[in-house]
Amino acid sequence: MIDPIQPPRRKNPLLRTRLPTSPPKPRSRTSHGFTRAAAEGRFMLQRCDACATFCYPAREACPSCLSSSLAFTDAPRRGTLLAETTARVPSDLYFRERAPWRVGLVKMDCGPLIVAHLHADCKEDAAVHMSFQLDKGGQAVAFARPDEETPNMADDRQWREMTADPKFRRVLVTNGRSVVGQETVAALRAAGAKTVFVGVAEPWRPFAGERQLSGQEGIEIVPLDAADEKSVTDLAADIGGKVDILVNTTEYVRAGGLLDRKGTSIARDEIDQAYLGFINLAQAFGPAMRMRGADGVNNCAAWVNILSVYALANWPAFGAYSASQAACLSLSHCLRAELRPGGVKVMNLFTGPTDTEWFQTVPPPKVAPRAVAQAIVAALRNGLEEIYVGDVAEEIRLRLAANPKALERELDR
Amino acid sequence: MSIEPEDVTMDSRNLLELASAISSGAVRVVDLTFTLTPDFPVIVLPPEFGQAAPVRIQEISRYDGRGPAWYWNNLTFGEHTGTHFDAPIHWYTGKNLPNNAVDTMPARDMVASACVIDCSAQAAQDADFLLTIPHVEAWEMRHGRIPARHWVLLRTDWSKKGWRDYANLGEDGAHTPGPDAAVMKWLVEERGIIGFGTETIGTDAGQAGHLDPPYPAHHFLHGAGRYGLQCLCNLDQLPATGAVIVAAPLKIQNGSGSPLRVIALVSSA
Repeated sequence: MIDPIQPPRRKNPLLRTRLPTSPPKPRSRTSHGFTRAAAEGRFMLQRCDACATFCYPAREACPSCLSSSLAFTDAPRRGTLLAETTARVPSDLYFRERAPWRVGLVKMDCGPLIVAHLHADCKEDAAVHMSFQLDKGGQAVAFARPDEETPNMADDRQWREMTADPKFRRVLVTNGRSVVGQETVAALRAAGAKTVFVGVAEPWRPFAGERQLSGQEGIEIVPLDAADEKSVTDLAADIGGKVDILVNTTEYVRAGGLLDRKGTSIARDEIDQAYLGFINLAQAFGPAMRMRGADGVNNCAAWVNILSVYALANWPAFGAYSASQAACLSLSHCLRAELRPGGVKVMNLFTGPTDTEWFQTVPPPKVAPRAVAQAIVAALRNGLEEIYVGDVAEEIRLRLAANPKALERELDR
Repeated sequence: MSIEPEDVTMDSRNLLELASAISSGAVRVVDLTFTLTPDFPVIVLPPEFGQAAPVRIQEISRYDGRGPAWYWNNLTFGEHTGTHFDAPIHWYTGKNLPNNAVDTMPARDMVASACVIDCSAQAAQDADFLLTIPHVEAWEMRHGRIPARHWVLLRTDWSKKGWRDYANLGEDGAHTPGPDAAVMKWLVEERGIIGFGTETIGTDAGQAGHLDPPYPAHHFLHGAGRYGLQCLCNLDQLPATGAVIVAAPLKIQNGSGSPLRVIALVSSA
C-alpha cells in the first residue's frame, strides 16, 4: 500500500526550479506500434498471422515460425510478475534523479515476457494489469499495475510520471463561456484539481452558467480572450508559472463550407478564435510549462486540445470549421514536439458534434458536453495522447483508417 | 432644410488667434475618445449575422529580434469599433446618396459646433431613457434654438460606467439610452443638424429595434446624409453650446465609418 501524495507546499523561492530531463528516446520504427497503442490507451502486441504467437519486444520476424507478417493486435492485459528489481543508482540521468526505480519481469498470459516499470503495489508471483504508457520523453513503455485496485493507487510515484492526473494540480480552462468549458471545470474540480482558472472573454457579455462559476472555492475566473495577444500575455504574466495543465476549450462553430458563404469574415473569425488563439496560448504559456516539467508533485504535465473529429476528414456541411480544426490538429503536433523536452504531454480529444447550440440541427448521436469533460479527466489520469469521444468520432476514425476516399465521399451529404 | 454653409468670409488673423488660444490654453482641447482596446464592448448582433471584427493589436516588433530599434503593431478592427463615426452609407436609407462614405464626404463636415443636451439625470434613473422633442424644446428654452449644421450630443454619463453596465445586456437585448423616432426626424428635418452623437454603443437606444422605424437615429440621420458619433466620453466637460467638434474619420475607400479621434475645442472663458 502506498501513502497518499500530499498537497504540494508553496515553492521555496531560495531553491532553483529543477529542469526536466528525459528518459532514453530511441525506438525502432516498428516499435512505434506501441507508441500508437499507448497514445490511445490500448494494449497491443505483435501477433504472428501465421502461427498466432504473441511476441515482445517489437521485431521483424516471428520468433516461433519466422513469418514476417506480424501485425499489432489488441492483446490480453493480464500477466504475472516473475521478478522485480530496484535500480538505486541508474546511469541514466532521468532515472538517477528519480531513483530508487522499480522494474520487473512480467510473464504475459498470452505468452511473451515483458520488462516493465512497476507500480509500488505490484508483488512477485501476483497478477498484474499491463499497459503501454507514454513516458516523459513521449515514448511507449510497458507498465505493470496490480490486477486489482489498491488504496491510493493513482498516487504511485512512478505511475504519476506517466500520467497527468489533475489531483493537486492547477488547471487553466481557457474558455468558461461554453457548456463544454463549464463541464470541464466541474469535472476537474471533482478530480481533485487544486485550482481551476477559468478564462472568460468579453466579461461585459453575460452568459449562461456564469453564476455557477463565480464564488466557488477552487475556481478562479480570469479575463482571457485567447484570440487577443495582449489578453493572453497579460494572463500568462499573472499565472503562467502556476498552470500545471492547460485545457484549451476554445469553441467557435459555424455551419457552412465555401460556396454558400459570402466573403471571408466568418472564416477569419474561425481562424482567429481556433488557430491564432491556439498560437497565442502556446506562445504565452508554453515556455513556462515546458520549463516546469519536473517541478515537484504538481509539475506541469499536460496540454489538452478539444478538436472536432472532422479535423481528420472534412465534413462539407461544416466545411470551413473542419478546415480550422485541421489547422489546429497540425499545430498540435508541432506543439507536442516543442513541449516534449519538458515532458509535457499534448492530448488531443476528438469529438463528433456535441449537444450544443451550434449543432442544433444536426441529428443525434451527439456528444454530451459532460462526456467530453469526463473523457478529459480520464485521459489525464491515464496519460493518453489521442482520445475519441462518442460514437461519431470513433466511427470516423475507423472509416478513415479503412478507406479515406470512401469516407470523403460519404461525408459529402 | 439645407445644411449648406452660409456665405461668409473669415480673416486669417482669426485662425491664428484660435491657434494661439489653443496654445495658451484659452481654448481647451477636450478628448472625447475612448482608447481603442481589444476588450472594449462592441455592438452585439444575433450571432447568425456577420459580426464586427474585434480590435486586435498584434506586435510586429518591440525593440527585439523582430526589429531591434523599433516598436510597431498590426491592427485589425471593424469599421464600427471603439469611439467611431457613422457615414450615411452605413444605413440602407443613405445607400444611394452622393458622397455618402467616409472617403467621399466633404472635409468641412468634419468640423462643426455642438449642442450638448444633458440627460445624465434621466439616464441614471432609466437605462431605457428616450430623448423626445419636448426634452429638446425644454433645452432650447434655456440655450436657444439648435442652429443648422450643429452636432447634437446626448450626454448621459454612460461612458463613466464599468463595461458590463456600459453594454448593459439583458436577455432581451441592450438597455441603453438614446433618441426616440420623432425627435430624430425633427432634429434632422426641422433643425438641420449635421449629426447626432452619444456616449453609448450606437447612436440609437439599446432597445431601438422596437421603435418605429427601427433604429430611428440611423434611419433618419443617414437617410438625410447626416452623421453619427458613438462611444464618446468626456461630454460632461463640454458646455451646452459653443464647443467645436473635430471628427475626421479614417479615409477608408467606400468606408461606412471608422474608429477615430474626436476632439472638442472649448473656450475656457
